[in-house]
Amino acid sequence: MTLARHEPFPDIARQREADRFGMVVFLASEAMLFGAVVMGLFALRTFEPAAFAATSQRLNLVAGSVNTGVLLTSSLLVAISAEARACERLRLAKWMMTAAALLGLVFLAIKGSEYLQEYGEGLMPGVGPKQDFATPAARMFMDGYFVATGLHALHVTIGVALLVGCAWRLRGDDPPSLVGVGNVGLYWHLVDIVWVFLFPILYLSR
Amino acid sequence: MPVGRLVFTWAALLVLLSLTIASSFLPIGEWRQVINFAIAIAKAALILWIFMKMCEETALVRLAAIIAAVLLLVLGGLLAADYGLRSPSPYVQIDAGIATPR
Repeated sequence: MTLARHEPFPDIARQREADRFGMVVFLASEAMLFGAVVMGLFALRTFEPAAFAATSQRLNLVAGSVNTGVLLTSSLLVAISAEARACERLRLAKWMMTAAALLGLVFLAIKGSEYLQEYGEGLMPGVGPKQDFATPAARMFMDGYFVATGLHALHVTIGVALLVGCAWRLRGDDPPSLVGVGNVGLYWHLVDIVWVFLFPILYLSR
Repeated sequence: MPVGRLVFTWAALLVLLSLTIASSFLPIGEWRQVINFAIAIAKAALILWIFMKMCEETALVRLAAIIAAVLLLVLGGLLAADYGLRSPSPYVQIDAGIATPR
């Protein structure tokens, strides 16, 4: 299926470039949003290295590591899906998208179980039956942790919805265009990149 | 792009993930943070270049992605300048008894 040219673009290549450019500019704005949060965590780690390391050790490293692997794998599946769409193998593209969306749900389930564990251990600032923070900086670390991972989980949720929508449309007679599938993929990869930075700062600053 | 290349990239990402976890247990002090951050940048670069197919994009699209990285470096630079010129953290002052919590 070839892409239809729309006004005001003189040719398909220029139109495709404009579509991709718009998406990348949007993703750059997302990178600014998360970049500010990450820089805040860096600042806290610089000011309060001991409290930062001590609280980082209380996070569930195994869950965080598994979740990183889950997101990286789902990114691979989305990339394969875009390739499958490019060679008109719509069934493969659909199943790869679906599998990636399922891995996104696995990520959210693991993240949810971590939140539950932190709630039980009194690490959720201002919430829960007890509060167990050694210092104000320890609480600030957990504030940053919940802001960063919560914002990221929101993006994962939106990403899963986009992947499911894309997979749903890939099964019908009117599949999304290559640019459309590619842009959904780009969003998912950005969510992955954000986690690639959040993981070492939050879980490995021990 | 051949699927084999995507799978190879994924394998490389998992190797980098293992390295970053392993390095965080090494007794090398602050260097762990440097290694972890360098590995994170390497992983992000792989995802950008191969999975996000920046290797096949036009210069305009690549520039849009690079500007994001440059602006984040500016943000980090300003933050570092702020830290370098600032008085000690209020929490340190509270712990030392020379300030009271607000």
